[in-house]
Amino acid sequence: MLSKNQEIKSPRNVYGETLVELGAKNPNIVVLDADLSCSTQTCKFKNAYPERFFNCGIAEQDMMGTAAGLAYEGKTVFASTFAMFATARCLDQIRNTICYSKLNVKIVATHGGITVGEDGASHQALEDIAYMRSIPDMKVIIPSDCNEVKQVIEYAANTKGPMYIRIPRTNLKTIFSSEYKFNPNTGVKIRDGKDLTIVSNGETLIEVLNAAEKLHAVGIEADVLHYPVVKPFHHIALKESALKTKKVVVVENHSVIGGLGSAVCETLCHYAPSKVYRIGTKDTFGQSGEQRQLMEFYGLTDKKIYEKIIRFMDVK
Amino acid sequence: MKTFTNAVRQDILKMIHNAKSGHPGGAFSCVDILSVLYKKVMNVPIEWDKAIDFNQRDRFILSKGHASTALYAVLAHCGYFSKDLLKGFRMLGSKLQGHPSSRTKLPGIEVSTGSLGQGLSIGVGMALALRLDENKDSKVFVLMGDGEMQEGSVWESLMNANNQHLNNLVVIVDKNNLQIDGSTCDIKSLEPLDEKLKAFGFEVYSIDGHNYEQIEQTMIEVKKSTKLCAVIANTVKGKGVSFMENQAGWHGKAPNDEQLQKALEELNA
Repeated sequence: MLSKNQEIKSPRNVYGETLVELGAKNPNIVVLDADLSCSTQTCKFKNAYPERFFNCGIAEQDMMGTAAGLAYEGKTVFASTFAMFATARCLDQIRNTICYSKLNVKIVATHGGITVGEDGASHQALEDIAYMRSIPDMKVIIPSDCNEVKQVIEYAANTKGPMYIRIPRTNLKTIFSSEYKFNPNTGVKIRDGKDLTIVSNGETLIEVLNAAEKLHAVGIEADVLHYPVVKPFHHIALKESALKTKKVVVVENHSVIGGLGSAVCETLCHYAPSKVYRIGTKDTFGQSGEQRQLMEFYGLTDKKIYEKIIRFMDVK
Repeated sequence: MKTFTNAVRQDILKMIHNAKSGHPGGAFSCVDILSVLYKKVMNVPIEWDKAIDFNQRDRFILSKGHASTALYAVLAHCGYFSKDLLKGFRMLGSKLQGHPSSRTKLPGIEVSTGSLGQGLSIGVGMALALRLDENKDSKVFVLMGDGEMQEGSVWESLMNANNQHLNNLVVIVDKNNLQIDGSTCDIKSLEPLDEKLKAFGFEVYSIDGHNYEQIEQTMIEVKKSTKLCAVIANTVKGKGVSFMENQAGWHGKAPNDEQLQKALEELNA
């Protein structure tokens, strides 16, 4: 399932290219953006099918409402902007108009998490998953490499209902081989261990895999679970792993409040009470910095994850 | 028409009285407009989604969702669903939710509204979709409250409608000049509203929102128009019941037994 060749690719390019491919097959697909089409790469769709692309300008509330209207008329709508503006700015429209009416709107938000980098706190969405996860009927997906981004976008185009898909600004290393098939109905075990369970998704999955390798070198064997679908949260893979290891670490490029870590805790307290350690940004805003520096500062690099897990494993 | 709207107004009051809550003031300011639209202007099949020409229907969005009783009562009196359902307004499990919900699949309800300032964007999206589908039969009518226009999102969508040259969209403003906390002018004035809408690229019509002939004539004209049109309907909040007229206090209050009787008598007279 894992790729041997760690190619580096832009998930935003893959998103734009996938939209163009889907748009050729399905004339019902329309795409909206809020003045960031060059950054989100929805401009690729605009260039291919200008009549099916609508730039709503710097007006995210209007974009989500317009997306809803198009969806009411049977269109499959992709609406994109940065994660910060695709969620908090228009949360009411997403809740009361898109989700309440179960509309076929796919919010594909780029620039999720701390790795937005130099733009700083105002542009670093660290709470978007928490917002989206709390709305009934919303599906939340955070793919981890470009192969998966493509499959998730295809899945979104072919599945009715509201979805929030978060992709990062940064380029992603290939994790999955071409045999990997995205399955929306389960968490995926991608490394087998017995001493602890590590759960992750998005950009941090590669860091977790590298950290697991370092742990292996000191005799700690980690089960690594990839949970691209944060909501609805499919508990079985997590439950089975946690019952075995009794220790769970969650790593995410998001606040420890309300994201994957919370989903894991909510699940485990019911199915397999375990000691859980959540690694993510604390209850704090981000700041400007170079992407890798920020990952280091907020403890999301493989090295930091490794160090934190070593300390966690000592806790009785 | 007067007989029809009187009967509808009576049912609106009975619904709100029965539910012990609801919004009579804003329902009464727009009920004449709704009645004329459904009876004389819009093409919306009574069989709703079972009609063969369902896709060709005109779309109606009640952006001021708190006036749901007006929409429910007009739809029931036009025959979209049984008047018996009106008794369930605001009751647990009812299709007649406090604010319109497309989730409950009540015939005649196009979209869910309630949180103000969102209906026009939905209308813009629908109008864009109709244009993409080359549906030239359908027009999208969006009814907003004037107070609702204090929401910034309304102005975002007005800009979008103009920018997209949407000539299949009609904006109607139920301008009753009152909102929960008092007069719209005192709280956050929208004036000069007609000039503002003109500046946003709209062909603006100002009418008496309780004059059936004026409503009908204007709505038929804007339905045919190839321009982006807005109709400012000057209305009276609580119109039809003397003690409710122009009283902000009747925005979201149910009449007691005595008030209901008095109001029904007035409407019967």
